[in-house]
Amino acid sequence: MDTSLKVTLSLIGISIGGLAIAQSQSPGEVKLPEFEQGKYVHDAPTLSDIENDPNLHKELRKVILKGRDMFMNTQQYRGEYVFNDMNCKSCHMGEGRLPWAAPVWPAATTLPDFRGKNQHVNSLEERIAGCFSFSMNGKPPEYGSDDMLAMVAYHQYMAKGAKVYDSNIAGRGFSHLGKQMPEDISYDAGKQVYEENCAVCHGSNGEGKTVNGDIVFPPLWGDGSYNWGAGMTRIFTAASFIQNNMPLGQPGRLSDEEAWNVAYFINAHERPQDPRYTGEIKETREKYKNFYQWSLYGQEINGQVLGDHDNTGEKPFLKPEILKSRSFD
Amino acid sequence: MNNKQGFVVNCALGALFLGVSLGVSAKGDPESGQQLSMKGDGSGAPCMACHGPNGEGNAAGAFPYIAGMNEQYLYRQLKAYQTGERNNAVMSMNIDNFSDQQLQDIAAYYASLDKPTSTANNANSELIQQGERLVNVGDWDNYIPPCSTCHGPNNRGVNENFPGIAGQHASYIKQQINAWKSGNRKTDRVQLMEAVAKRLSDEQIEAVSAYLASIPAAE
Repeated sequence: MDTSLKVTLSLIGISIGGLAIAQSQSPGEVKLPEFEQGKYVHDAPTLSDIENDPNLHKELRKVILKGRDMFMNTQQYRGEYVFNDMNCKSCHMGEGRLPWAAPVWPAATTLPDFRGKNQHVNSLEERIAGCFSFSMNGKPPEYGSDDMLAMVAYHQYMAKGAKVYDSNIAGRGFSHLGKQMPEDISYDAGKQVYEENCAVCHGSNGEGKTVNGDIVFPPLWGDGSYNWGAGMTRIFTAASFIQNNMPLGQPGRLSDEEAWNVAYFINAHERPQDPRYTGEIKETREKYKNFYQWSLYGQEINGQVLGDHDNTGEKPFLKPEILKSRSFD
Repeated sequence: MNNKQGFVVNCALGALFLGVSLGVSAKGDPESGQQLSMKGDGSGAPCMACHGPNGEGNAAGAFPYIAGMNEQYLYRQLKAYQTGERNNAVMSMNIDNFSDQQLQDIAAYYASLDKPTSTANNANSELIQQGERLVNVGDWDNYIPPCSTCHGPNNRGVNENFPGIAGQHASYIKQQINAWKSGNRKTDRVQLMEAVAKRLSDEQIEAVSAYLASIPAAE
């Protein structure tokens, strides 16, 4: 569609007002960032590939499928590994395979590697444990356990055919909009974007939606959502995720500005405490400044300092014991 | 939703000026709805003529089952046939004389009925298998999420925005996916269904419809 036609259509959209939200694209269009030159694209295996790969030992196939099942329905471990309403697939859209939707296979090809977040070299198991500790507000499966093995096997199989230790990966991560949020970012504008595009599924208070105990739409803030240590609390991560994946099935529906504003609005709400909390909000923010500089943790929003509490949600402890630093000095 | 809120506010204001307490009640009266479903709006066929005596619909006519559907969902669809957000000459003609309260009553009546328990038998197992995969796993490479992502566990519906589609007549599902695809149905401001429908091929639509019709609408 050429620009002038888009402008015309947008104007028609605006003039209809009230009845329709101004559209900059047709709803069927998938608008994603271009892959940068030189980045490599990996076509991760599908469920049918797992089922039909003649080279998989039947025992291994079983383990990979178990890992996939854990990934898709992580709620079956509610109260054991997971203490909020999230599943792995809530953020890693498309079974963890899709570019621009946090594909998980790069973890299998680029780890062990140094991670800025915890300042040491992490294994794939530790990376998975990180997700459980922060995004799932939970307690990771033990290292070397059957469940951890299943998770690792799924990640590794998704990486089948991908280049090992080549981090020049297309569609990885969440920073296509850059890291620095715009200076005129707006809570109120974000609220409006939220109400028009997100609330129909995630609820007007970000509470998500459950049917007979089954989670359909994950909560975006509050006790049921990711905690203050999750990568998604960073405004740039959320903005990029939202623009490329939300509303579901409409990548690129929201403009850059709308994505930034709604990411800000969502992450300007309370959520369970970061397991790294020292007991003092300013101290914690200072200690992990390289992380919190991108989030609103410890900032005052609408008269409240975010994260200044010891609420761990449904989880009866703060920090999983499994999270440990390591050094080779 | 804003329109509806605006409408409620207008009615409330109107009621104030008239000094009476009419306005739109939030709940319909199922008994009155039952009468209306048998009588019609005075100038058209009654609901039960096409949707059956128990709201079970009719596969041959692509008339959906409406028994046991979410009350607000049903009300909004009836309303949409009056406003033109949904286009179906027969539906519009048959309900255009109903008042808002009458539409609420009809919605309340059908919502109060049990969902039908019968499912379609489909001998074409290859089509069913293709449909099963699309409905439960999706086709993410083409940005088609599984139906249950929005239509809820077992595709039995979530709320007024996401109706149950399990056990629905294949003819009706196919007709509606095509209505979303062509932009003919405009009841979703966020265009969630429209976006997905536009990416479904004719073959995929056949498969999804056949599979959904073959699974139970309720336990």
